[in-house]
Amino acid sequence: MRPFERVVDEYGPVVLRVCRAVVGPVDAEDAWSETFLSALKAYPDLPADANVEAWLVTIAHRKAVDLRRAQARRAVPVGEPPDGPSRSGRPEDWDGDLWNALARLPDKQRAAVAYHYLVGLPYQEVAAVVGGSTDAARRAAADGMKALRSTYGKTRKGAPA
Amino acid sequence: MTDVFDALPVVDQVAVARLRERLVAAAQRDGVLDIAYRTVDSPIGALLLAATEEGLVRVAFDREDSDAVLTSLADAVSPRILAAPARLDRVARQLDEYFAHRRRTFDVPLDFRLAKGFRRSVLAHLVEIPYGRTESYAEVAAAAGSPRAVRAVGTACATNPLPLVVPCHRVVRSDGSYGNYRGGEDAKRDLLTLEAS
Repeated sequence: MRPFERVVDEYGPVVLRVCRAVVGPVDAEDAWSETFLSALKAYPDLPADANVEAWLVTIAHRKAVDLRRAQARRAVPVGEPPDGPSRSGRPEDWDGDLWNALARLPDKQRAAVAYHYLVGLPYQEVAAVVGGSTDAARRAAADGMKALRSTYGKTRKGAPA
Repeated sequence: MTDVFDALPVVDQVAVARLRERLVAAAQRDGVLDIAYRTVDSPIGALLLAATEEGLVRVAFDREDSDAVLTSLADAVSPRILAAPARLDRVARQLDEYFAHRRRTFDVPLDFRLAKGFRRSVLAHLVEIPYGRTESYAEVAAAAGSPRAVRAVGTACATNPLPLVVPCHRVVRSDGSYGNYRGGEDAKRDLLTLEAS
């Protein structure tokens, strides 16, 4: 079996992108940590032919759902979004506008957009992760992307298309 | 269609490095870091060191492919393997001291689970051979209780999972030549030269 270290090498970065897109920059690192700790625990029992990436996304999705519930419980209405998008290149403060746009999407659309467009999972696997039919996953991703373009696109003044 | 995500770094090395450390700490805390490993430099080339919670389980030479070493550890012990240097700090320091002529014996817990049966009893004898001394394969066979098992002693030395720390390099041919070594005959000569000086 592949040492777990190699799994972290290969999928650590993409799972971080997913966590940032789905739970936002503040909670992303908690989501990543909980995902990989759970994965490490379960790893010896993973079937040899399993799709490791889809398996990790499934775990990350469950952690994201838990974190979203916790966020909702402690939610304080946020007034204005932070000043302007971050273009500093510092990963810690990646584009606040993108997250603000993502945060406005219904959870299912945001998840479908992330798993399909960021990870590249086919709609059938997206559906297996978020629940529902393949067609529903395709619609959620399309609707989410459309909404994202209209809100995020408008705030990105002067940004390259 | 994915240009909206351009602002998300594809690989965020700073964050990933920080998260890896956090994962190691959490795995250690929850008792699921079955194997920690690191590499260290030495005068005979880079060494890969791996330890279970019980102790040092594998020392591998540069000429052994480290991916192959880790994969065989995953199969033989557990795939819950992470690069986690802290667990190996003590043995790494002692190896430094050994190569600097400041140490003659190693004092770290050892996990012999990769050696079974007769091979294990050979290794148990090897740790008794003092620094700077050598024994022949035949002498080791006799000491391990099977005087005729000279070839099996050779195999036990060749497959020693803990070279250097369990000093199979101190076992030489009866004619005085060095004999085979997992780290290569040159490395064996270098170690015996170091210990003789």
